[in-house]
Amino acid sequence: MSKVTEILATMEYGPAPEANGEVVKWLKARGTFGHLIGGAFTTPAKTFAVHNPATGEVLAQVAQGSAADVDAAVKAARAALPGWQRLSGHERAKWLYALARAVQKRERFLAVLETMDNGKPIRETRDIDVPLVARHFYHHAGWAEMLADEFPGTDPVGVCGQIIPWNFPLLMLAWKVAPALAAGNTVVLKPAEYTPLTALAFAEICVEIGLPKGVVNIVTGDGETGAALVNAEVDKIAFTGSTEVGRAIRKATAGTGKKLTLELGGKSPFVVFSDADIDGAVEGVVDAIWFNQGQVCCAGSRILVQEVIAEDFTRRLKARLAKLRVGDPLDKSTDMGALVDPVQLDRVSSLVREGQAQGAVLHQAPCLLPTKGSFFAPGFFTGVAPANVISEVEIFGPVATLTTFRTPDEAVELANNTRYGLAASVWSENINLALDVASQVKAGIVWINGTNIFDAAAGFGGYRESGFGREGGREGMLSYLADTPVKSKTEAAPIAPDTAPHPNAPGRADGIDRTAKLYIGGAQKRPDSGYSYAVTAKGRTLGLAGLGNRKDIRNAVEAAHACKGWGKATGHNRAQVLYFLAENLSQRATEFTERLKAAGTPKAAEEVETAIRRAFWYAAQADKFDGAVHSTKSAHVTLAMNEPFGVMGIACPTDAPLLGFLSLVLPAIAMGNRVIAVPSQNMPLAATDLYQVLETSDLPGGVVNIVTGPRDELAKTLAGHDDVAALWYCGSAEGARMVETESAGNLKVTWCPENRDWLSPAGQGRGFLTRATQVKNIWVPYGE
Amino acid sequence: MSLSASAATANFPRNQGVPLQTDWFDAIAVNTSAAERRAATMTTRRTVKKEFQAAWLVNAIRCIDLTTLSGDDTPDRVARLCAKARRPLSDEIMTGLGLDHLTTGAVCVYPSMVPAAVKALKGTSIPVASVATGFPAGLTPLALRLAEIKYAVEEGAEEIDIVIHRAQVLNGDWQALYDEVAAMREACGAAHMKAILATGELRTLRNVYKASMVAMQAGSDFIKTSTGKEGVNATLPVSLIMVRALRDYGRLTGHKIGFKPAGGMKYAKDAIAWQILMKEELGNDWLQPDLFRLGASSMLADIERQLEHHLTGRYAAAHRNAIA
Repeated sequence: MSKVTEILATMEYGPAPEANGEVVKWLKARGTFGHLIGGAFTTPAKTFAVHNPATGEVLAQVAQGSAADVDAAVKAARAALPGWQRLSGHERAKWLYALARAVQKRERFLAVLETMDNGKPIRETRDIDVPLVARHFYHHAGWAEMLADEFPGTDPVGVCGQIIPWNFPLLMLAWKVAPALAAGNTVVLKPAEYTPLTALAFAEICVEIGLPKGVVNIVTGDGETGAALVNAEVDKIAFTGSTEVGRAIRKATAGTGKKLTLELGGKSPFVVFSDADIDGAVEGVVDAIWFNQGQVCCAGSRILVQEVIAEDFTRRLKARLAKLRVGDPLDKSTDMGALVDPVQLDRVSSLVREGQAQGAVLHQAPCLLPTKGSFFAPGFFTGVAPANVISEVEIFGPVATLTTFRTPDEAVELANNTRYGLAASVWSENINLALDVASQVKAGIVWINGTNIFDAAAGFGGYRESGFGREGGREGMLSYLADTPVKSKTEAAPIAPDTAPHPNAPGRADGIDRTAKLYIGGAQKRPDSGYSYAVTAKGRTLGLAGLGNRKDIRNAVEAAHACKGWGKATGHNRAQVLYFLAENLSQRATEFTERLKAAGTPKAAEEVETAIRRAFWYAAQADKFDGAVHSTKSAHVTLAMNEPFGVMGIACPTDAPLLGFLSLVLPAIAMGNRVIAVPSQNMPLAATDLYQVLETSDLPGGVVNIVTGPRDELAKTLAGHDDVAALWYCGSAEGARMVETESAGNLKVTWCPENRDWLSPAGQGRGFLTRATQVKNIWVPYGE
Repeated sequence: MSLSASAATANFPRNQGVPLQTDWFDAIAVNTSAAERRAATMTTRRTVKKEFQAAWLVNAIRCIDLTTLSGDDTPDRVARLCAKARRPLSDEIMTGLGLDHLTTGAVCVYPSMVPAAVKALKGTSIPVASVATGFPAGLTPLALRLAEIKYAVEEGAEEIDIVIHRAQVLNGDWQALYDEVAAMREACGAAHMKAILATGELRTLRNVYKASMVAMQAGSDFIKTSTGKEGVNATLPVSLIMVRALRDYGRLTGHKIGFKPAGGMKYAKDAIAWQILMKEELGNDWLQPDLFRLGASSMLADIERQLEHHLTGRYAAAHRNAIA
């Protein structure tokens, strides 16, 4: 029989390898790679070997970056910064355009190299990774061009240290480098030690096109090199990788003033309702967890299926699983290649074994795996209890869990039963249901009837312990622009609360005694401590304020969580409450002015007047600070929605006891957050006087909770509270460091604005609203 | 190795149909975007190269319903087509590939051309397929449509490609559709029936799924995308939904139904694409002519050129191979 007739009997696909001769030649010619620092490649001292995970072969030797290398790179980036910033947006756009073009001209080279270095199939590098890389540089060439028009008055952050993972090596480089350069920053990038080769090819491209020296510096190495970069003299760290490392970086950068964005792990839900296109959803699973060997931070790794279709869905999923081809990543008919490294293979294997030991049933593709290389047969688990380790832990391999639910409410509950919040996928033909679930899921990206759809025009990034900051789109640019500079003002030092009686500083004897309690859940509550502290000014006791403690904070957080309606209220409803608040404040302007005067506040009347105006301004914004529809792919509506965090903590400056408090609380509640505010420690009575104003303004109980007392101690409790999603702290540098350090627990979003003249324009603006919201991108493909 | 087969010699029982069961498709959800994404990656996830590509192209030839459906068809034109069906590749290519016998899956003609085709194919096992039932619009009275089937069968057609009444789908008149197709199936007798859904006129993929299901319930042996005369003919997304319907029907009844994309497929790469679809969504059984046909006319010439290139390494010229 001829070969052709033999094949006719089996109808196999046969081998279809992508040629890699050009890349092999390049690797051979280079042999050993140095860092790119200041436009030149260094001569490596210490090196480490980089392997092809599909074969175990050594591909190259790469320099192990030392702290000195990192410092040299940061210095080069610092030196390049003025020249790069001086360029017009158009000039920078030309460079980004050149990078986009260069990537396109080297598209196959980069795709083959990426596949050899990472182990992912050539289909993905060729059709997904590299085209998206070019797309990101094109898109950001546009932002560079328009920077002055679209972000007037903003400055770049400066020198950005960027640490990227091994799962999408070149794509993550593009996500980091493109916006940074567009905004006028210079960068030091550290690729992952498993996969530095496409970054080094990119380094050569930078030199090839003549990119100004020092604008892009690439230092290779392991975690120690990364740690050196985190500790170096950079203005920002952008990190994509594990939540564990992200947490360490949060702590390491706390109090340093370095801007930080983190794109971390995920355990993203993939929710399939009974009215979904089941075959379509099954195919979605292929694109979710059996994409890139499941080494995808936003992978839909928790499949939640409505019970009524679970059997049918599972049967179809098993059949589809059986069709997957696992093997040579360079083969054009391969669905799944190798995991990135034997270490990952061990990790995935042991987690899967653990899941089985805890009672879950594994269904694996019946495929023959190559005898060498880090291959793992894809699969999924059924019979998975939420308490099983594999329900909680990110496996980062091609194995999903499948759990059933009964109702949409239960689907949402299960979907949100995670520490993470990166992405979600919702499958239903009912647009009402799909969007309802999309709105309730705590995730930065929601794909409806789709999954793992990416575009440079839409922001990517997570909620909760999946990190903060966005990459891509307008919201992504904000991560690379500095805050509008404000003239900072040192606040009056906090006065330590004194709970003893004060015979030498008498209060007012006339009238009826007023008791300022705490304000929790819309009711005045006595402090748990049973202590009050004296509020004094000019040697007189103006009154007593409750001495709040950690239990009061706990109660306030619970009250805030109980008040769920506020975030769902319309912007108009919230505006009405804020207008009413302004009205009631206005009615009592004299009283507040007197209070502030008594407290020794200069410009007391102006402070009250400004507070009223500020309430109007945030009322106006309540229904106007809205999102966008991003221009991404054809036949897709990509909705970028500004969502409130939910429950926020706000620690106020000692200054401007009324205006400082309202300048921070108003934008937060205007956007739908519920807050636990710690008012001026020295003069909390301006805030406690507000209780009656809040109550008469139809503000639902629990939206604003006020706990008076020692600010930094209360802020520490808030920072360490895992059910508080964001925390603003306006106080000392030491306090800011404490807040940022403590926030690492649940990776809450923190903002430590400088104290300022709250009467000035710097006391309000869109910047406060941006800080009070997180962007959720909802992808809705359409077509009939 | 002899490579020809006909539906009539299929080694599995014919679909007997089932009573109309609208609950099998009433609530069907088909997400167009998802279907398009799957279809778009079908050929980026799989490919065939070298001998494998050659073999897959040869396989496509044996699944081709070599077709002429033109107003100017004549008996001689049909005879010429039949000659190509009997000997689709030149001797050099046959030898080069190590093949000793190869024919197309069938020849497909209008009813009045059936006698000419039967005559021209005498002595071969190549079945004659005839379109019928008021092809392509299917809007002649039912009695005439049934009579047309009987005529074609009497003239020797072993396969009948019927068209459905599109309005019955657009209006959701499933009982009427079922009854008509069942009547057509009965009229076909021993001849195998392919139901053309004219998907380009059904517009939505849900309609495609539902029409597929009713056609199968009414006893079709094959479901077929298009007449070749609609504005949009065979596409991968439509084909995907049809084969998924066919898979569902198979699971519910145990019957194997064939699939025939038709119209608009001109190139060798189309032949590969649809075979990948069949293998991925259904399996190797659906790469055999008893369960898979390609309704095409010009595709064969492109396949020939590709095979010639495979053997010689030189790019081929169409005029050096016999036309259909």
